[in-house]
Amino acid sequence: MHIPDGFIDIPTSAAFAGVSALAVGACLKGAAKSLDEKTAPLAGLTATFIFAVQMLNFPVAAGTSGHLFGSVLAAVLVGPYVATLALSVVLLLQALLFADGGLTAAGLNVFNLSLVGVWVGYGIFLLVKKALPKNKASITTAATIAGFISVPAAVMGFLLQYAIGANSTFSLTAVFTGMMSTHVLIGIGEAVITAFSVTAVMATRPDLVYGYRGTKQQLEIRRA
Amino acid sequence: MKNPLIIFGFAVSLFLAGGISYYASSQPDGFEKAAGEIGFLDTAEESPLKDSPLAEYGVAGVENERISGGLAGVVGVAATAAISFAIFYGLRRFNKSKP
Repeated sequence: MHIPDGFIDIPTSAAFAGVSALAVGACLKGAAKSLDEKTAPLAGLTATFIFAVQMLNFPVAAGTSGHLFGSVLAAVLVGPYVATLALSVVLLLQALLFADGGLTAAGLNVFNLSLVGVWVGYGIFLLVKKALPKNKASITTAATIAGFISVPAAVMGFLLQYAIGANSTFSLTAVFTGMMSTHVLIGIGEAVITAFSVTAVMATRPDLVYGYRGTKQQLEIRRA
Repeated sequence: MKNPLIIFGFAVSLFLAGGISYYASSQPDGFEKAAGEIGFLDTAEESPLKDSPLAEYGVAGVENERISGGLAGVVGVAATAAISFAIFYGLRRFNKSKP
């Protein structure tokens, strides 16, 4: 879901660029707090892996493909602050190096994937995690469900942008229906890739997983 | 960086972007497809960087699609790794220097 230039008018794009820049800036402090000797390499790997997997478009319906967003995968592995930065790096590099996603639209894309996708997705991850037993499998389950929902959530970000400043005049209902019809399917792919990737890291280095660390501490306190 | 997970993860990323990406679906993604079906795809403007050497995940001048796309993927992985590592290691130091 890389918005090209032209879909959304310049004033709206500029406003979202401003909001996104402020929000990403506000995440720097939180990100610094969650980075240490062990988690900084995982953060770099997470951004790199998401870039690589975003190149792998998978078919979702006749004549349609989709690719990973990675917002929830990043948030669960390295925390929402670092995830916001990681997704922003990926999106900006894609726009600057590969002409994937517009330039004036960069703020719109950062808003939808680095902010809405990450923070709504992480919120859902926490809610689902809370409702499940405190164990490793629950981390994967919660990440999978949140991964699925993060895709339509990011689409809602685009819908907001479309409502404020589209260069075309289709009804929001038409845009909502059309966008959701493809993105619900992409959400399934998102859920599968998120599940697979979180499972792989949880199986090898659960101690590095941001979304798991709180859980473990609670367990330790109960045992003591 | 002695963590095997990190080294393995990078190897996988290089393999996916440099090799497997050739087999990715080249159909329009769900966003572009929906924009076309709703009817506003024609409001898209080409990126000002559309003629850049790596535009659309290919290396300008390299005819072989597999090599062109693979090289672009490898460059992208290297660039993402370099920039994100610089940022995350930099932030970690910034955090450390504070009381």
